Amino acid sequence: MEETTLNNTIHVKLTEKFGEKVTAVSEPYGLLTFVTYKDVIVNVLSHLKEELKFNFLTDITAVHYPGKDHGIAVVYHLHNMVEKVRIRIKVFISEQNPTIPTATTIWKGANWMERETYDFFGVKFEGHPDLRRILNMDDLGVHPMLKQYPLEDPNRVDKKDEFFGR
Amino acid sequence: MNHNHPVYTDNDPQSELVTLNLGPTHPATHGVFQNVLQLDGERIVSGVSTIGYIHRAFEKIAEHRPFYQITPLTDRLNYCSSPINNMGWHMTVEKLLNIQMPKRVDYLRVIVMELSRIADHIICNTIIGQDTGATTTFLYLFQFREHIYEIFEEVCGARLTTNIGRIGGFERDFNEVAFAKINKFLKEFPVALKEFENLLTRNRIFIDRTAGVAEVTQEAALEYSWTGPLLRATGIDYDVRVSDPYSSYQDFDFEVPVGTSGDIYDRYLVRNEEMWQSLRIIEQAIVKLKTEPKGIFHADVPEFYLPPKQEVYNNMEALIYHFKIVMGEIDAPKAEVYHAVEGGNGELGFYLINDGGRTPYRLHFRRPSFINYQMFAPMSEGMLLSDAIINMSSMNIIAGELDA
Repeated sequence: MEETTLNNTIHVKLTEKFGEKVTAVSEPYGLLTFVTYKDVIVNVLSHLKEELKFNFLTDITAVHYPGKDHGIAVVYHLHNMVEKVRIRIKVFISEQNPTIPTATTIWKGANWMERETYDFFGVKFEGHPDLRRILNMDDLGVHPMLKQYPLEDPNRVDKKDEFFGR
Repeated sequence: MNHNHPVYTDNDPQSELVTLNLGPTHPATHGVFQNVLQLDGERIVSGVSTIGYIHRAFEKIAEHRPFYQITPLTDRLNYCSSPINNMGWHMTVEKLLNIQMPKRVDYLRVIVMELSRIADHIICNTIIGQDTGATTTFLYLFQFREHIYEIFEEVCGARLTTNIGRIGGFERDFNEVAFAKINKFLKEFPVALKEFENLLTRNRIFIDRTAGVAEVTQEAALEYSWTGPLLRATGIDYDVRVSDPYSSYQDFDFEVPVGTSGDIYDRYLVRNEEMWQSLRIIEQAIVKLKTEPKGIFHADVPEFYLPPKQEVYNNMEALIYHFKIVMGEIDAPKAEVYHAVEGGNGELGFYLINDGGRTPYRLHFRRPSFINYQMFAPMSEGMLLSDAIINMSSMNIIAGELDA
């Protein structure tokens, strides 16, 4: 498994640099994934870009896990085009105060990805030059991808999970 | 006098800027999106892109649909090359479920995907021609998109929003008519494409309009996360089909064309060459299919592949599997997966998180049009309005993919 050794090298290098700030390392489907914290995320991203040659920001998005202490995960996908490695970085932030430093200082292309994440999850990217809604209308008032907003009529009973043994 | 920075006296009536709303339903934008431009004469001083006019909340809807019902949603992302989106989604789920596809299915998929890449590039390149005033080229080549749609119609019954294939393969085998139509296309299209190139590639007016316009450096393209023909036009040979092969693309012999300056002319050339390469790939796939066992059009995974209706009504196991798939009761591992395919406009990524429920816990589409388009407003500054229009055409922004 060549890819795994490459991922191991990256993991070792990251641990050397950031120590305990790199946690929950896993490799689902060969894609190195780890969790870090919002106080070091900008350093982690720029270290990955400058030193480990993850020059390409593939995507920024978020996931909502209601009921947890830190219920919103901001997910970054980076890509090292030369060595053909991808990496996934997650930062869990609190639902009540969803703030995280912006990545637009590292990649200009992060601009709209962060605006989309703000639009749908309410994550406030500190230092973002233009943090407005992007796909929804400005006076929507809610961040619709959060799990508390149901898609369908909540009175509908034929689609409840309990009817299917869950 | 420097035309980029005209100097006005205080009383000059031209010293005021004009605000122009380009869109949302402007005929030159080829899609529903708006740019509020500040114009100084014909030159753009600044611009603000406003998007979201056809936002349909696909990511939210996808959280409430079993896997097989998400395919029709992906149709409506880049609706000019729906099959690539469909296949990309199928392959994401197959990656999650660890399904190995038979080679024959991979090759059939490659044929469909490359045909739709040609259809996508036909639209973009003919529209660059159209917007530079060469309506003829548009009319000449555009009929071949119709022929490609006829092939899709033969394969899956639909033309534009195809919903082609299933998780685990195709819903049926390609019939003789489909192969006949593909062969006919392979024979006729090169002639038309050559004619199209003869009309435009060395055309002085076309070169004057496009060469050197909207040049993009490699650094800027990477900084803005560009992918696809736009990135390759700047000279970076990143193609998901090569760097991260899926659907047996490693079995094929093809080249990744690159440009040098990233201007509109280079983008046009890159897309044209990609059409030639797609033709090469389809020809190779047709040859490879001859050595594969006939009649295999899906993987042998009854618990994930929707059984034919006839089976469902006559066979107990098929009925059970059908019920489980339709109700989203399949045993998918609790995991998260990212899968990318090379769409018509660049890297189309699917980030899927499955928590074992009936529907995805989270599904995110990495949409190349959305990410490519954010550079449009900054790069338009200082550009002529008419150049910005062809710049937009050459970026091939598809509103469905832009807004999801």
